[in-house]
Amino acid sequence: MSTQALPTALAEIVDDFQALSEPERLQLLLEFSRGLPELPARLNDHPELLEQVVECQSPLFLTIETEKNDGGSPAFRLFFKAPPEAPTTRGFAGVLHEGLDGLTAEEILAVPDDMPELLGLTRAITPLRMRGMTAMLGRIKRKVAAAARLHA
Amino acid sequence: MSYPVEQNEKFAAYAHPERLVSTEWLAAAIDAGALNDGKLVVVESDEDVLLYETGHIPGAVKIDWHTDLNDEVTRDYVQGQEFAALAAAKGITRDTTVVIYGDKSNWWAAYALWVFSLFGHEDVRLLDGGRDKWIAEGRALTTDIPSPEVADYPVVERNDTPIRAFKEDVLAHLGKPLIDVRSPEEYTGQRTHMPAYPEEGALRGGHIPTAASIPWARAAAEDGTYRSRAELEALYLGEAGLAEGDDVVAYCRIGERSSHTWFALKFLLGFETVRNYDGSWTEWGNAVRVPIAKGAERGSVPAVAAR
Repeated sequence: MSTQALPTALAEIVDDFQALSEPERLQLLLEFSRGLPELPARLNDHPELLEQVVECQSPLFLTIETEKNDGGSPAFRLFFKAPPEAPTTRGFAGVLHEGLDGLTAEEILAVPDDMPELLGLTRAITPLRMRGMTAMLGRIKRKVAAAARLHA
Repeated sequence: MSYPVEQNEKFAAYAHPERLVSTEWLAAAIDAGALNDGKLVVVESDEDVLLYETGHIPGAVKIDWHTDLNDEVTRDYVQGQEFAALAAAKGITRDTTVVIYGDKSNWWAAYALWVFSLFGHEDVRLLDGGRDKWIAEGRALTTDIPSPEVADYPVVERNDTPIRAFKEDVLAHLGKPLIDVRSPEEYTGQRTHMPAYPEEGALRGGHIPTAASIPWARAAAEDGTYRSRAELEALYLGEAGLAEGDDVVAYCRIGERSSHTWFALKFLLGFETVRNYDGSWTEWGNAVRVPIAKGAERGSVPAVAAR
């Protein structure tokens, strides 16, 4: 798999990871965990609007919303919640947020399911921990697909 | 050569008080410069591979259970050569007092301590309450990563026999006490994996016949510290029915939660022969021709246990 199939922002993130040594990749993931935006108050006050991704080893909740685009397909906004004591999970969420937030259903659904493997973290993070990120991506795609059907 | 042992009322009741230190003790030792001469090394060992980097006890080094302690291609722990290199890189000599702490009430810290014990490292202690208690008390944290001077650590052959049980050992052990430390749902067989850990599943749900169910977390208080000796006795001697002198095997899913229980039985209650079955349910629940029991009852020793 190459990064060609990926949306621009995500492809850039993958390139960044691939250009680094393994310890530096972990450091970059840590930066993504710090960069994960806080939930807006309307979601923070209503945790029931978020879904838990149980495949993650630490609690991770997410939801999506659609935003009208001028003329074109609606853009999808992504929202994640993970505790600070789960930096790996937060880091994965941060990567997906920066890479996919604001894209259309078509763009998000085109992301290959095994995209997380492109980050080159499997050895350092362990395959077990990588499943969480794959599950997060899968959940986002399922939710986007369902929402896109509603809009169609 | 080891660092002075902490004296306090709670620890004094335990069989081996020298195996625990409190957050107060560690903070005072660090303030007194204990980390400067290599006599005392503090190790953080967490489930989350990045947690140490978000902030840790000043001077603490990191050991990752998976990438540092597990062999990459065999389901086993590292060998003497690799362990010596790891310890040396962390500034640990054979005489160093090692204090280990971590997240989740010291799950992974206890696991790391157990692996240190496989190599016979003499003075290795747990920080009672672990990372969460240290943080809850508002104690110092830093993101500075220490770069210890490389120490001299001998290549010691791992000695598994006294504290590690393999599947064959457990089959031979059937009839003697077993402690299953997983959640009640895993014990009964309702779940084949731990809540939130579906990738570590097994083909069959249940427990090793005759095992008593004492979920690991019951040995820990709200603040993550170990419960008092009296409380632990009520749990393991009372509820589980262990008797003094028993030969005990503890297990969970991959051996990390049961390290926490192993520590309590071995060092806090003083059972001489306690082994951790690290193959645990991911092996037993998937193994061909081994018996299991389902439901809340402990079950009985099968007439013919497969070999």
